Amino acid sequence: MTDNLPTETTPEALPAPPLPRTRMQPAIQLLTSAAIIIGGTLLFTTLVLLASGTAPLEAYRLILSGAFRNPRTIADLIMLTAPLLLCSAGLTLTFSAGLYNLGIEGQIVIGAVLAMVPLRLLPDLPPPVLWLLALSAGASGGMLWALLVGVLRLYTNVSEIFVGLGLNFIAIGITLYLVFGPWKRPGVASMSGTEPLPEALWLPTLEGSRLVPLAPIIALVGISVVWFALTRTHWGLELRATGLNLAAAERLGVPAHARLVQSLAGCGALAGLAGALQILAVYRALIPNISSGIGFLALLVVLLVRFNPVWVGPVAILFASFSIGSIQLPLQLGIDSSIAGVLQGTLVLFALIAQGVQERRR
Amino acid sequence: MQPTMFLRAQLIIVLLMLGSILLSACGGSAPTPTEAPAPTEASAATETPAADPSNEPFVFGMVLVGPINDGGWSQAHYEGALYAEERLPGSKFIYIDKVNPADKPNVQVVQVVDELVAQGAKLIITNSDDFKDGTREAAKAHPDVIFIHASGDDVLTGLAPANLGNVMGKMEYGKMIAGCAAALTTKSGRISYLGPLINDETRRLVNSAFLGARHCWTELRGNDPADLSFEVTWIGFWFNIPGVTLDPTQVANDFINSGTDVIISGIDTTEALIEANKATQAGTPVFALPYDFEGACAQAEAVCLGVPYFHWGPAYLQILTAAKQGTWEPAWQWLDPDWTDINNKDTSAIGFIKGAGLSDEASAQLDEFIAGLADGSISLFTGPLKFQDGTVFLAEGEVATDEQIWYMPQLLEGITGRSQ
Repeated sequence: MTDNLPTETTPEALPAPPLPRTRMQPAIQLLTSAAIIIGGTLLFTTLVLLASGTAPLEAYRLILSGAFRNPRTIADLIMLTAPLLLCSAGLTLTFSAGLYNLGIEGQIVIGAVLAMVPLRLLPDLPPPVLWLLALSAGASGGMLWALLVGVLRLYTNVSEIFVGLGLNFIAIGITLYLVFGPWKRPGVASMSGTEPLPEALWLPTLEGSRLVPLAPIIALVGISVVWFALTRTHWGLELRATGLNLAAAERLGVPAHARLVQSLAGCGALAGLAGALQILAVYRALIPNISSGIGFLALLVVLLVRFNPVWVGPVAILFASFSIGSIQLPLQLGIDSSIAGVLQGTLVLFALIAQGVQERRR
Repeated sequence: MQPTMFLRAQLIIVLLMLGSILLSACGGSAPTPTEAPAPTEASAATETPAADPSNEPFVFGMVLVGPINDGGWSQAHYEGALYAEERLPGSKFIYIDKVNPADKPNVQVVQVVDELVAQGAKLIITNSDDFKDGTREAAKAHPDVIFIHASGDDVLTGLAPANLGNVMGKMEYGKMIAGCAAALTTKSGRISYLGPLINDETRRLVNSAFLGARHCWTELRGNDPADLSFEVTWIGFWFNIPGVTLDPTQVANDFINSGTDVIISGIDTTEALIEANKATQAGTPVFALPYDFEGACAQAEAVCLGVPYFHWGPAYLQILTAAKQGTWEPAWQWLDPDWTDINNKDTSAIGFIKGAGLSDEASAQLDEFIAGLADGSISLFTGPLKFQDGTVFLAEGEVATDEQIWYMPQLLEGITGRSQ
């Protein structure tokens, strides 16, 4: 703007030639984005905290450090991060294909329900076989539920957002029916879920801890496979091309519709796996809220990192640590722990705003 | 999809999610805590043996399923704990409320208990039937901490480890009185019960309310029992969880639309009373009896017939005193009201406070009924009584044992609604 103002110009004060855009621009962009995201988030959550009469610094300290206080909370953090990471990996696939898989919650739930089937029907098999069966059943269940989204999207042209949300309700309905109906505890249906699995069927934990080492291992394998597929294979290139512009990709010979469905299937399988882990490693029973909102949390994670599989891991850990750390809030400050959710949501909100600002500048 | 559209859709989704979080956070926000924030790093203090243990506060914790200001079940526990803290010198109360799958997804009872123990809690009270497995698991994980599962029966079933006890008040009497007040007031003869979820405890309480209602309908009003309709609808949980339970507001309205003029609430919150008040103001007189908390009538005095409520204070004080002195023994306690004065907050485990909606005549008859319960001349769990499916619960003249009452497998004959 200042360029247009009439100024006294001496030869020395001539405007410097514009900086080479290519080198400086990304750094400046990154800094502006970071300033918008961090500044905006801090401002907004601080206002919320002040409005509820809380000392913001103390609240931030608890949220940020609460999850890392001792081995026990770190174990809880890992056990929350594992399914979150799996779901985030799945959503990275669908977002890269340009799809909003809001049905991920339902895919977790159906994965959990199907994981229960072998555990209930064949409890006498050796546990390792059962675990394998349960994990595969969970992955297939989630995949089938996601394929439903894909089929409806392709053949009826209904937005995957609405199909997914509708299927979420159905999945929760099925769970409630099972918990209060055929799978209820002897004599007493309970909101706390089905009768806990026999201890022999629990995935092994570290001695004296709630940490199931298999869970983070599965999650790391999941995110690595997604990273590899997206960034190192021709399939991933085609998937991303589909996400950028479906029509153009198709014209260039990419089987775009197949890629859409495959991304959904992959996401569903990963979400179903997360559901199976919720059963085998976390709740050890089918509870009405078995997904615990992990799918929606994963949505925030993936939006914040712009579907970049490399950054999914650290951000998933960060978001999970907010959730674990915030348990301290009601205990120490007498405020509601949902402030963690506000923090997570606000971060993503300002990330989107920052992105919008950058796009407008171009 | 165009990039900007893609971005816009993302913005909308995030805004929606954020909005719902903020709404839920503000809706149930707890008042400022009455206790001072815990001293930082209380865990460090408990791990190193202190030089003079008598200076250390005796910390006890509570895990509550609902908010501490729910005007019902959780608030009654919370106030009971404050009562005990006030009367037990050197004690210090800490708590975590709203421990349920809707308010705190990803948080389990065991995790919350760990937090309380880390703050130095030596005794922990959990207050929901749904905490049964979690409390047991936590008790096994912390064998040197005493656990009290209120409303539970692990000691009775033999599943409890040695550091786990149960406590409950004999709310059967409170519900009988509530049922009686309803029967003395109803003009249409239609009483409805807003039930939470179906289990031993809730079946027991519905049956008690029904027995009280039938007794007063026939004995005090001289009506035919066949003219009394007593219906229960179960919402699916102790309070409304949108999308998961039936909406208690909706159910209460369905009751009213079908001709019910007295609603007995069995859930933790006060929707029945609120809706009765709205209907009354709109010209259809409807009364209600809330539950759990002695102050519950305050939300609509005029249509409140009274409230059966718990006084957890005396029991908690007794348990905490024993625990502090090291004399606590695990037990399944099912505590009677103090029949000399059921509203004595220092001695009675349960009580009943009459509401402004109760007529003077009904109030006098209700006193007569309470006196009958107190001196034993009215014993409602006495045969002949049948279950809904026609099988015999108690033969002629047979009086139910505590365990028979605790574990009734069905609703009684005469009640409309599901037993299972």
